[in-house]
Amino acid sequence: MSSPIQLQPDETFVLNVGPQHPATHGVLRVKMEMHGEYIVNSETVIGYIHRMHEKMGENKTYPQFLMNLSRMDYLGALGYSHGHVLVVEKASGIEVPKRAEYIRAIMVELNRISSHLFWFGAFVMDLGGFSPLMYALQDREHILDMLEAVTGSRLTYCYFRFGGLYNDIDDDFIDAARRFIPRMRKSLIKYEKLVTGNIIFRKRLEGNAFLSKETCRKYGASSAVARGSGINFDVRKNEPYSVYPEFDFDVPVYHECDSLARYMVRMDEIEQSLRIIEQGLDKLPDGPIMPAKKPKLIKPPAGDYYQAVETARGSFGVRLVSDGTKTPYRLKLRSPTFSNMHLFDETCRGMMIMDALAFMGSLDLVIPEIDR
Amino acid sequence: MVTYFSDIYNGLISLFIGMGVTFKEFFKPTVTVQYPYETLTMTDKYRGHVELIENDEGKPNCVVCGLCARACPSGCITLAGEKPEGAKKKALTKYVLDFTRCSLCGSCVESCNFNALEFSKEYNLASTRKEDFIFDLLQRLEERNK
Repeated sequence: MSSPIQLQPDETFVLNVGPQHPATHGVLRVKMEMHGEYIVNSETVIGYIHRMHEKMGENKTYPQFLMNLSRMDYLGALGYSHGHVLVVEKASGIEVPKRAEYIRAIMVELNRISSHLFWFGAFVMDLGGFSPLMYALQDREHILDMLEAVTGSRLTYCYFRFGGLYNDIDDDFIDAARRFIPRMRKSLIKYEKLVTGNIIFRKRLEGNAFLSKETCRKYGASSAVARGSGINFDVRKNEPYSVYPEFDFDVPVYHECDSLARYMVRMDEIEQSLRIIEQGLDKLPDGPIMPAKKPKLIKPPAGDYYQAVETARGSFGVRLVSDGTKTPYRLKLRSPTFSNMHLFDETCRGMMIMDALAFMGSLDLVIPEIDR
Repeated sequence: MVTYFSDIYNGLISLFIGMGVTFKEFFKPTVTVQYPYETLTMTDKYRGHVELIENDEGKPNCVVCGLCARACPSGCITLAGEKPEGAKKKALTKYVLDFTRCSLCGSCVESCNFNALEFSKEYNLASTRKEDFIFDLLQRLEERNK
């Protein structure tokens, strides 16, 4: 019989979380140097699902690259496509019809809600509560059904085109969206009762993982991570694009800097997205969804273009360097989760492992989007 | 001391409210579809793999222009055709879709100017053999016509 290994009082050991671990929600690997249950040092290792999207962008023509964007982030795919089409439209000077712009905004917001709902369920599941995931997925299913009826697919949409859209929405979609809004508001009250008010949930998250404004700035964090730390930054307000200036919505900001603040920001964002959808449906103009004069071959003039959009996970930027040919010279995709994730190493030092995993959940990581 | 007891009191209340939500959900109708036994019908716009459209004579609409093969981002489509003697248009002799590479983006359908391609509604495509995903669309069209 061998006796269990006895660690010296100040001896540390290395714990390998991932690449296949339920708490990392994907193939993220975290090397943690542990002292008992406390983390002394941590190092995130990425690259397990790297697919060279940027390189593919340089080799494919502009329309051929459209479907890659939705493969970057499987939960909030439309936001990413939005950034890409906007930058190419900006570069080649394509006018987008008003109706198409409105439909884009409605779709992106619906997608944002579905992404937040999935995050909500998965986050609570990380903390040990299972049933909220089921309720959240049930609500998310309504959104996916709506989007499927219009776009033809449930996750990897490929719905936006340069200059407009692939399909027009019909009355069924508008009815379904109008029915969805009050339903979702009711569900938000349910989540408030079930999760937000829950004493165990609050005790675990209040004061968990303090993230200062400076840390957020240093790493370039965005989305709820930055807004939960009191940074009022939302690309839709700060650098308005598309038809967002025409909508009346607020940017939820919390100053507590803890995991609960990040949770609250996302839950409030669902309500704000509902407001945008409501206004979008009211204001939806008639007209075409593709411009009358659409260039046959997309060849932006040589130059350097950039466009940032606010996706469900934060500020996503596309930098396009064109040399005037039908493929880009360089296509840089600035992914928000990449910045958000790197906060983790610095912040989790000295935390207990369960707190660190709760913190990781609050960052809303989607790994394929980090690796691209 | 007071906060200690008020914490316990408020905590218990919050737990009971949460239990109440779960209890109410318990009596709601089931929404799960028992997949292999029950299936959903796909929506009209559902994007499955592509399928050839036939004309009135049961022949494919395709004129072998090759635009779909060029539009495809992953090079899934191989097609060939020949001109029968005395005919004006080319006739399709081979149309193979390599579904292992297809990402269902729909570029081929959009690029077609001759109304020759459509999306199928098929989604039960699981298989353990790679060859099962190399579709001969011309053969599928003939089988449909039988």
